[in-house]
Amino acid sequence: MDRQAGASRLLFSGSDWDFKKLSRVYDEIEAIGVEELHLDIYPVQMEIISSEQMLDAYSSVGMPLMYRHWSFGKHFLYNEFLYRKGGRGLAYELVINSNPCIVYLMEENTMALQALVTAHAALGHNHFFKNNHLFRQWTDADGILSYLNFAKGYIAHCEERHGLAAVEAVLDSAHALMEHGVFRYHRPPKLSSEQQREGLRERLEYEERSYSDLWRTLPPSQRVGKAEVRDESVVGRKKSLNLPEENLLYFLEKNSVVLEPWQREVIRIVRVIAQYFYPQRQTQVMNEGCATFVHYTLMNMLFERGRISEGAMLEILRNHSNVISQPAFDDPRFSGINPYALGLDMMQDIQRISTEPTAEDRDWFPDIAGRGDWRDTLLEAWANHRDESFIRQYLSPALIRKWRLFVLADGADQPHYEVASIHNERGYKKIRAALAQSYDVGSKRPDIQVVDVDLLGDRYLRLQHQVKDGIMLDGKSRDATLRHIRSLWGYDVSLAAIDGETGATLSQRSTRDL
Amino acid sequence: MPIFIDRRLNPKDKSLGNRQRFLRRAREELKRSIRDQISTGRIADADREHAVPMPEKGTSEPAFNDARDSGRRNHILPGNRTFNSGDLIPKPADGGGGPSSPGKTDSEDDFRFVLSREEVLDLFFEDLELPDLVKLNLKQILTFKPKRAGFAASGSPTNINVGRTMRNSHGRRIALRRPKQTELDAIAQQLAMLESQPPNAGTLKRIAALREDFEQLERRRRRIAFVDPVDIRFNRFDPRPLPNASAVMFCLMDVSGSMGEREKDLAKRFFVLLHLFLTRRYERTELVFIRHTHEAQEVDEHTFFYHTQSGGTVVSTALEEMHRVIEQRYPPTEWNIYAAQASDGDNFSADSERCIELLDGKLMRLCQYFAYVEIIDERESHIFGATENGTSLWRAYSAIEQKWPNFQTRRIAAPADIYPVFRQLFARQPAMRQSA
Repeated sequence: MDRQAGASRLLFSGSDWDFKKLSRVYDEIEAIGVEELHLDIYPVQMEIISSEQMLDAYSSVGMPLMYRHWSFGKHFLYNEFLYRKGGRGLAYELVINSNPCIVYLMEENTMALQALVTAHAALGHNHFFKNNHLFRQWTDADGILSYLNFAKGYIAHCEERHGLAAVEAVLDSAHALMEHGVFRYHRPPKLSSEQQREGLRERLEYEERSYSDLWRTLPPSQRVGKAEVRDESVVGRKKSLNLPEENLLYFLEKNSVVLEPWQREVIRIVRVIAQYFYPQRQTQVMNEGCATFVHYTLMNMLFERGRISEGAMLEILRNHSNVISQPAFDDPRFSGINPYALGLDMMQDIQRISTEPTAEDRDWFPDIAGRGDWRDTLLEAWANHRDESFIRQYLSPALIRKWRLFVLADGADQPHYEVASIHNERGYKKIRAALAQSYDVGSKRPDIQVVDVDLLGDRYLRLQHQVKDGIMLDGKSRDATLRHIRSLWGYDVSLAAIDGETGATLSQRSTRDL
Repeated sequence: MPIFIDRRLNPKDKSLGNRQRFLRRAREELKRSIRDQISTGRIADADREHAVPMPEKGTSEPAFNDARDSGRRNHILPGNRTFNSGDLIPKPADGGGGPSSPGKTDSEDDFRFVLSREEVLDLFFEDLELPDLVKLNLKQILTFKPKRAGFAASGSPTNINVGRTMRNSHGRRIALRRPKQTELDAIAQQLAMLESQPPNAGTLKRIAALREDFEQLERRRRRIAFVDPVDIRFNRFDPRPLPNASAVMFCLMDVSGSMGEREKDLAKRFFVLLHLFLTRRYERTELVFIRHTHEAQEVDEHTFFYHTQSGGTVVSTALEEMHRVIEQRYPPTEWNIYAAQASDGDNFSADSERCIELLDGKLMRLCQYFAYVEIIDERESHIFGATENGTSLWRAYSAIEQKWPNFQTRRIAAPADIYPVFRQLFARQPAMRQSA
């Protein structure tokens, strides 16, 4: 009798899924998630796709719609090659930071996997997207899909009007600078609504049509005392151009004199998309950790309540442990630190510190140890941190010991590596700082800024690379990228490498010598 | 309750546009790999999918990247077992990133991807300068002719089989006892008759009963349609390939030392094009390779293209060998015989007479088509381009060309010269189709 009642409480049995089951499972998981973990999520839109469509989504940077570009074709071929070779499985899901939150489910997944994926993406990622401050402040979940739709249409329109080659040239150059097309310190303006953009574009087109050189009747201004004016104006012109500027795409879009209005708009599109992805890159460990923690916790709760059968739970756990496997550094499978594993371990560690702390934990985390309110601590961490600050704040000595983390100092001029710190009393803080540093996206990308340009003179664009820790740029790709900048700028460009500590000029490269 | 959207039925190939853009961008390089593959592979393999390596030029995506061999960095790694701080570990000899490099070894450059048949042919055709109509013809796999084959429950409205549909409808109407119009008419008539009589209690009751009957029958008629969707049958058509006979293609080539790499490459493209044409025209195409120096022999494809043989040049031996093979294996009543000969034009002058004799007397009667290409140096092309003088073989073949309309000769210096050899062959195609 009891067993029968238990069986009827199961959310699903067997491995086949259908929409009814999916919906039932989602409702249950959402109820538990909201009730037990206090999650706060966007409404969910689940889309069932085939493996080929998943490959499609992969190659267009994971977005449901994207403009056309050859590089996406190349990535598609590459992903397809890996997939067919069996070298890489496809993700079970893909989730998009939008409102409503779009979750892609693969049709090949079994019902147990779909449940896992629902908890992982539709609850975990979704909560993170909605609550993390980076996403709240820097991306616009409501506007992204309509913006992408606009971008796709606009670029197709440009291709029709100006030819594939012309559009491709601009996109190639803009893609090369995508990394340098984000604002890191001040927030980007909110995406304007579709109507506003439409109006703006219409006005531009009208101006283009109605422009007539005949109307330019003002006499050219007379220049007196040219040389003196110039010297003084260096400071002034830097100020007027807002230099130095680290968002190269933004600078080119606003100040290049050779670009047509449509080319500026194309650059803007690339820039907006780069900006949209910037928070995701800063919160990889947290985002995946949050989703993994949520699915692991929720699945276990469902199992304890008898809503999932043992067989399904076994399958879920198997997949779960595949996802969070972390081989040691000398294992042939090692390919860096697994963000799923690190994130999950840190969050479970927070749970442990809150509920059953050791003396060491009380020492290191006096404000959370033993308070028992791990839910609030986690919610707070998910909302207010990014990877770098999260690790800096919450990586505990216990976890460093568990992972046996060590720091290897690698100087390019040294014949050997040096083990700088290991998991001991002296090393904890250093390892924590080094690991946090390695997740600081902003400090990892080369720091390149526009420092000077004389718009009224030779328009020679000067860029500066602040070299940190002696890490120079790779010569071949640097030259190719400089060529791209030159094609957007229209005049010669130079890049000086300045040592961050001494201020000495390490190298100088100009498109004049290319 | 979330919103569900089933996207599985959405059009596939969402990234086709991206693929096309990518192929266009890498066109030159892909063309070269396809050409290499076709010139090293078998003739019959030209007409299928090819895996090609990732093109490197024009498809790199540069960005400002850190140079791996400069500066100081920290690697944070898990799984320490034996190290203590201060330990020195020698770097591996390859100088790569050391412990952090595994997993990054498979670069994007060393993978291959598959080009579809159509894409391959596009690339192959590119500098052959084929007219578009011919390209289309060659890319088409087979011509099908729809042939009646029974009935189907689904189809397009134009294919409705009225007779069969009405038969089904009739059977269904009988089975479900759909009231006939005559029954209704009879009741209506009765009603009219009763209503015309002076009313009394008996007739009124009868009228009411009849009315009810009438309505019930009406309702039943409405419910059971005259023609229901389940009755409808469509004529079914089976696409049947057009009956094609078999063809055999003889490739004849001079393999004496004077035929170099370039000559053989041009000859191969010439053979591939003819073969493509034949595989479209005929259901079954066989290839026979005959090489010759001063003596001829039938060989396999690999030997044909890659083994050189020393010796003089006696062209007639190849023609004799071809004749022998035809007599032995390919009776002209069952086989359409095509021949393609490539040579640099060298021949013993006395032998050219013998060639005329063989072709004129025997072979041209058996062959559908004989194409001869003489591969000349690019520098000579403007000298020989139009004039009639040339090697003795050329002069001899020119005489045959005038006599036999299905004999074509041509001097080739570049890939673009190949197609005109076949011009007549392709031009004749529509006419041949119709007669087939």
